Amino acid sequence: MSTRIQTVFAKGRPAFVAYIMGGDPDALTSQRIMNALPGAGVDIIELGFPFTDPMADGPVIEEAGIRSRKAGTTLASILDMARTFRRDDDTTPIIVMGYANPVYQMGYAAFSERAAEAGIDGAIIVDLPPEEDGPLRAEMDARGLSLIRLATPTTDAERLPKVVSGSSGFVYYVSMTGVTGAALAQGGSVAEQVTRVRDAAHLPVVVGFGVKTTERASQIAKEADGVVVGTAIVKALHEDGEEAALDLVRALADATHTAR
Amino acid sequence: MDRVTNKSWPDERGRFGEYGGRFVAETLMPPILSLEAAYEEAKVDPAFIAELDDFLTHYVGRPSPLYFAERLTEHAAKENGSAAKIYFKRDELNHTGAHKINNCIGQLLLAKRMGKKRIIAETGAGQHGVATATVAARLGMECIVYMGAVDIVRQKPNVFRMRLLGAEVRAVHSGTATLKDAMNEALRDWVTNVDDTFYCIGTVAGPHPYPAMVRDFQAVIGHEAKAQILDREGRLPDAVVACIGGGSNAMGLFHAFVPDTSVRLIGVEAAGRGVKSGLHAASLTGGKPGILHGNRTYLLQDENGQIADAHSISAGLDYPGIGPEHAWLHDTGRAEYVSATDDEALEHFQLCAKLEGILPALEPSHAIPRTLDLAKDLGSDAIIIMNMCGRGDKDVFTIADALGENIAAGTDG
Ligand SMILES: Cc1ncc(COP(=O)(O)O)c(C=O)c1O
Repeated sequence: MSTRIQTVFAKGRPAFVAYIMGGDPDALTSQRIMNALPGAGVDIIELGFPFTDPMADGPVIEEAGIRSRKAGTTLASILDMARTFRRDDDTTPIIVMGYANPVYQMGYAAFSERAAEAGIDGAIIVDLPPEEDGPLRAEMDARGLSLIRLATPTTDAERLPKVVSGSSGFVYYVSMTGVTGAALAQGGSVAEQVTRVRDAAHLPVVVGFGVKTTERASQIAKEADGVVVGTAIVKALHEDGEEAALDLVRALADATHTAR
Repeated sequence: MDRVTNKSWPDERGRFGEYGGRFVAETLMPPILSLEAAYEEAKVDPAFIAELDDFLTHYVGRPSPLYFAERLTEHAAKENGSAAKIYFKRDELNHTGAHKINNCIGQLLLAKRMGKKRIIAETGAGQHGVATATVAARLGMECIVYMGAVDIVRQKPNVFRMRLLGAEVRAVHSGTATLKDAMNEALRDWVTNVDDTFYCIGTVAGPHPYPAMVRDFQAVIGHEAKAQILDREGRLPDAVVACIGGGSNAMGLFHAFVPDTSVRLIGVEAAGRGVKSGLHAASLTGGKPGILHGNRTYLLQDENGQIADAHSISAGLDYPGIGPEHAWLHDTGRAEYVSATDDEALEHFQLCAKLEGILPALEPSHAIPRTLDLAKDLGSDAIIIMNMCGRGDKDVFTIADALGENIAAGTDG
């Protein structure tokens, strides 16, 4: 596992994980936002790379991907963003997140090689379930990169050990069935699910999907090892601009860090 | 259920060689595994088979005829001196006008068995949507059909038919607003409503078990055709030909003949305005392997792995991928894949109408020119079966438009 990821969770406070779509709305702006995230309280950066057919994403992230692709973003340019980021920040973990085909076209070995070189710590590939992620995992493992798996409400007790056994770094618990950013203003405790996943994984568990407000972030951070917010940040950046997006990040990070 | 199963492929991971698999979000893995388990059970259950057969016989109207297309054969012979006998497998005579319903009956009976009452489907030409809406109505199920906004315009009659059948048609505006985007949207619905929803995929694509299951439900086409040609001609055909969108009517026809290595299997992809123009839907001819919609297969894509837009005059063929079993049959050389352009399809639609009195759908209209070529090539001792997998009623507006005629309601004539 990447030592950067370990260091984050060793701090003993809930981690705040921010997702942005790399290259949205353009390479320069996106780089500026990314570079500013740690200063706004972000512990781990999920750097999305765009795909034409984002089957698990809602409209906000899909449209961010369209803007990003229009601006010329490719998986290779996303790796460049990480490399640029690393010039000034050698501690904040970067996890790239997206769909399998761009990675498959680059080649699993080439991707892992180039990601490691760029200072990336791990990847989440939405459409590579445990049954299909072996070949990429082998290449990433060989270079000390984490391939992070998703556990979901449909992952039952029988399946959970299989899902978490291959994860490294942390496990991402998707707290609802649905696409990213769905309007499910779902409340309630996630304690039970987090405990279930953590007991099976013996890894930190971060919770995401559908988190939009500081209240919800704080509620989740009471139970989980980290909170992920994506859609709300992507939306704020698009609708209200860079400053507003970073303000939101600061508020969410603060709510997460001070939850317990 | 020998008629619909094949034990040797795909393997237990849903692979046809290196193609296929289950490339879906974790949320969908458990429902896909339970679907697979339910299907494995159903396909060997005599009660399930009996119910399926009963529907196929009395509701769909199977077996569909095997028809000797005498005048098209003569047409090919006239141009060439001699030509192979061309037979049409008449799946366009099925209830709802295409092969799609064979699969819908199977899947919705399975949904019923699994206790799922909410059915979702994607559709391109609208034929799969109509077939799903039809069977859902018959079985008393709720039905939601996702359809690209572009396709809604070019397949208006089918949109209205679906509504008449009680289905809700949801327009999809994202991406290219065609079949692949409708499939994305259906997958999003499924991810959101996994508990009560059954996703009825309309072709031999998607995550395992869909490619195998849809093939099995469509395999009735080839099994009938084989028995019929043996009865009529006393021997196997030299070639079987079918158009390819996702590849379900083609797999349905091919499946029974795969072990008969003397029979050439020929798939016809949509070449749009020509494969070289870049505006086409010929994934095997013009694409390369990649991962989309739950399976690894040949895809139209750029060098960065972004999926490219497909183009075809036929909404049912306008898809940038192809079922994984075809990818495998292609690589192993067991099947051959060729293509036909928009213009060829239009021209042969008209030829077939005038010579045979059959209005083919635009999809099988793509198979006709390559069937004629082959008939000339093989000469008079040979036999070809072409899958006439759908009728052209749904396409009359598109065709009128392409021919520069206005047949919109309200004009005279
Ligand atoms: C009549 C007809 N043929 C063919 C197709 C293409 O699908 P497939 O390749 O799965 O048979 C369609 C799809 O809508 C269709 O309506």
